[in-house]
Amino acid sequence: MNLPQIKYIQNPTTAERLYAFFANISGLTIFNMEFLKQTFSTPIEIAQIKKHMIELGVKTFPIVSIMGFILGFVLALQSYPVLERFGATDFLPPTVALSVIRELGPVLTAIIFAGRVSSGIGAELSSMRVTEQIDAMEVSAVNPFKYLVVTRVIATTMILPILTIYVITIALVGGFIAITITDSMSLIYYKNSVIAAITFGDFVPGMAKTFLFGYIVGIVGCYKGFTADGGTEGVGRASTTAVVMSSLLILISDMVLVKISVWLWPSIG
Amino acid sequence: MIEIQNLSKSFGDLHVLNDVSIDVNAGENFVVFGKSGSGKSVLLKCIVGLLKPDAGKIIVNDKNVMEFSSKELNEFRKNLGFLFQGAALYDSMSVRENLEFPLKRNFSFTKNELDTKVLETLELVGLVEAVDKAPSELSGGMRKRIGLARSIITDPALMLYDEPTTGLDPITSKEISVLILNLQKKLKMTSIVVTHDLLCAEIIADRAIMINEGSIVFDGTIDKITDSKDKFLKNFFSNEIFNE
Repeated sequence: MNLPQIKYIQNPTTAERLYAFFANISGLTIFNMEFLKQTFSTPIEIAQIKKHMIELGVKTFPIVSIMGFILGFVLALQSYPVLERFGATDFLPPTVALSVIRELGPVLTAIIFAGRVSSGIGAELSSMRVTEQIDAMEVSAVNPFKYLVVTRVIATTMILPILTIYVITIALVGGFIAITITDSMSLIYYKNSVIAAITFGDFVPGMAKTFLFGYIVGIVGCYKGFTADGGTEGVGRASTTAVVMSSLLILISDMVLVKISVWLWPSIG
Repeated sequence: MIEIQNLSKSFGDLHVLNDVSIDVNAGENFVVFGKSGSGKSVLLKCIVGLLKPDAGKIIVNDKNVMEFSSKELNEFRKNLGFLFQGAALYDSMSVRENLEFPLKRNFSFTKNELDTKVLETLELVGLVEAVDKAPSELSGGMRKRIGLARSIITDPALMLYDEPTTGLDPITSKEISVLILNLQKKLKMTSIVVTHDLLCAEIIADRAIMINEGSIVFDGTIDKITDSKDKFLKNFFSNEIFNE
């Protein structure tokens, strides 16, 4: 795998910025192709994938729990006065549910996941790179790309949809608690309203994109970590740029995927 | 055992190795001297295939390393040990897991065999008590010893050392050098040691070369290199500064 060399320059010129931008795009493309090639080659590191899934899930669990609860709670509180103005407070449960399931749940979970996990992967792999641990692995006749990168990317791709389902559930609980504070609504009515409002077209596109978001978080973190240089300063840079790049790619891909899902399922538009 | 022919390596405009040729005999302790940045570590990384030379040949046991397929390169790597300058221990693993790693990945050992092998190897470097410690709990000298243990646990025929005594105090340096010599005698390995530590070389070396500005400027025994009248060599090994 021959990746383009990107040297850190403190005060880059416009031409150097442009070079770094296109070098990053081509580097990430080559890195993706290597991932696809190596994912389907044996041996498949099941134990490592499982280990990373548990680690990443546990690491992100507390923060997404808080985020999910606040998301549903605030959404219900903010929507209530608007719906009340039109005498439509009965629509509060579907409003909260559809907003959380279609868009806010998947995207916000992915952004939080990127901040927590992409930076962690970037820092861990870059520190392994600058302390020659990746070289040591290669010299031990172990393929570091397969052992370190493929396992992490598969783990992030698999764990983010699970976390998103959990966040959606917690957000719906948060929404119900907010509604019971401002209005009297039974849990059964809330549950039935939510279930009646959700269709296949609401749930599937939202969940499908979380696989892509998880993949983005993993691949960008690994790319930045695996290609780091410049000692401890390089470790910090890899960690920061991994978060920025993965968050940006999540938002851009969300925009494209929403357009595609509206085209595939016009009823949700 | 190793024959390096006309090896050259550049990074952009910087020519690190210029037409370097070396022969290392089987069972020999071969020391490579040179200033920092003279291309010593690059030479080792070219031998193990971590860096691709621009020109030249690296022949190990009559086979050109540069023509190896990735499968052949892995087979070659299973039979060599590499002690990195900072030991390169895997931070996320304990000492036991560090030592087990190359064995588990490349060979088939039972749990009991793994335990025995790990403890036997730690015994060789005198650090059995560190078996369940994390790398962060070890001193610089201990890390080097554990790095050495991880490198020799697969019984390699060829051992490469990148600055094995750098950053250590004189006593620990001497202990590591003696340990390297004893292990070489016991395990009958061929060793290439990159260093600028004369004491380490005096203990270990059968033969030495000096690299300066990418080229070999001396090839011979340690006695000859230290007795040389060449100003660069005198500057390198003496406490005095001689004007070239």
